[in-house]
Amino acid sequence: MTDPEVIQHVNDLLAEEFELTFDQMRPEALFKEDLELDSLDAVDMVIILEQAFKFKIKKNEAFKRIRSLNDLHKFVLEKKKEL
Amino acid sequence: MHKVVITGVGIISVLGNTVDAVSSSLYNGQSGIIVDDQRVELGFNCPLTGVIKDFDPKARLTRKQKKTMTDHAIQAHAATMDALEMSGLQPEDWQNDQTGLIFGCDSSSIAAIEQVRLLKERGDTGLIGSGAVFRSMTSNVTMNLNTLLKTRGAAWSISSACSSGGHAVGQAFTLIAAGQQDRVICGGAQEINWESMCSFDGLGAFASNTDAPTKACRPFDKNRNGLVPSGGAAAIVLERYDHAKARGAQILGEVCGYGFSSDGELLSNPSTTGLSMAGAKALKRAEIIPKDIDYVCAHATSTPAGDIAEAVNLKTLFEGCSPAISSTKSMTGHELWMSGASQVVYSTIMARDGFIAPNINLETLTPEAEGLHITPFTIERAPHSVLCNSAGFGGTNSCLVLRY
Repeated sequence: MTDPEVIQHVNDLLAEEFELTFDQMRPEALFKEDLELDSLDAVDMVIILEQAFKFKIKKNEAFKRIRSLNDLHKFVLEKKKEL
Repeated sequence: MHKVVITGVGIISVLGNTVDAVSSSLYNGQSGIIVDDQRVELGFNCPLTGVIKDFDPKARLTRKQKKTMTDHAIQAHAATMDALEMSGLQPEDWQNDQTGLIFGCDSSSIAAIEQVRLLKERGDTGLIGSGAVFRSMTSNVTMNLNTLLKTRGAAWSISSACSSGGHAVGQAFTLIAAGQQDRVICGGAQEINWESMCSFDGLGAFASNTDAPTKACRPFDKNRNGLVPSGGAAAIVLERYDHAKARGAQILGEVCGYGFSSDGELLSNPSTTGLSMAGAKALKRAEIIPKDIDYVCAHATSTPAGDIAEAVNLKTLFEGCSPAISSTKSMTGHELWMSGASQVVYSTIMARDGFIAPNINLETLTPEAEGLHITPFTIERAPHSVLCNSAGFGGTNSCLVLRY
């Protein structure tokens, strides 16, 4: 999977799980302020990402610092490289 | 004390998903009971159940909202929105600390089962998902409705087995009458799934005549042999009369009495004195005498012991006279936690549309009920003063007096 394909897959997963539109999903979009996702949604985000990409996120300090969609894309790409 | 009126009702029932559809079923004596093939395969003693048809849970809620909601909470939300629409209230009327939410609910089985399955399958509590903890609570209905509606007053659920819904309406009435709330959205909700009913089925309390599902539930009939589990959600908007009148609301009826008692006897068998004690208290609170009641919406579930106990209690309360009596459970099955509230909705529908619903499947009156006017036929007049009975495991009783 190329990097653009990974990003698209992440966006597809989020759109499905949280009923987001692709118009909303600008890279700079902030999860809390722009996409209205909260700490409970973060729990479910971990589950869908772990199951889709087969890496572990739980207790990852870098994941806790994620604020924007772009932050998440970078995080997922880094984690995939570690596999 | 303030006068308390009904200004809206809504219901998702095995008799229909709108007030008009339910009215038609009640008037025509149509049953909402079927055979569930899955319960046959699983070896249930009784595969009968009420079934809700053509309800779309996606119609009014997003996926994110539904994540924390049980099926019965989603149905309660639909019933509540219909009741609020009927009431004419607007969000600015209910988003304040004088508006409350009280529902009857005493279980939430699926989420508890699902979370254990997911933990065993995934090996990590973090992978169970965010919604399960909320869905597994019996207060699931009121916690979600509170968040969705943004009411700021009372927000809790009452768990008292099959009288939960009755006590919820009763407590809502009490809070408004005492001036502690201006309006309360109250009701009851009951899950319909085999998982929540399998151990109850094992007690042998369910109907055994499964050849004709619509005839299986026969309250007060000599040949009754058990209840049929059912469910859904019922919602009622109660308001202080002076507020409702001031805003020009349509007044559907009045809650004018609530009485409660407990048997203090057995866990599963009701006493012959508890329900009539609650009934007498409700009549006293309503400042009426037994002969003023012209319709009893009975608790009668079609169990051999329960219907006898209610018949004895009714004879004690009415002392030789008898209003018209019917059990809507003959058509719906036993809506359990919801039933005490759905009886208020069904009675309000009857009053609005000018009839008293029949106690279907009553062919031979059980001897213990002789002298009581239990009607197997639809009566072509509206009820004016109604007593709604409900009783639950452990011997907890709720009686409501409604005036139309």
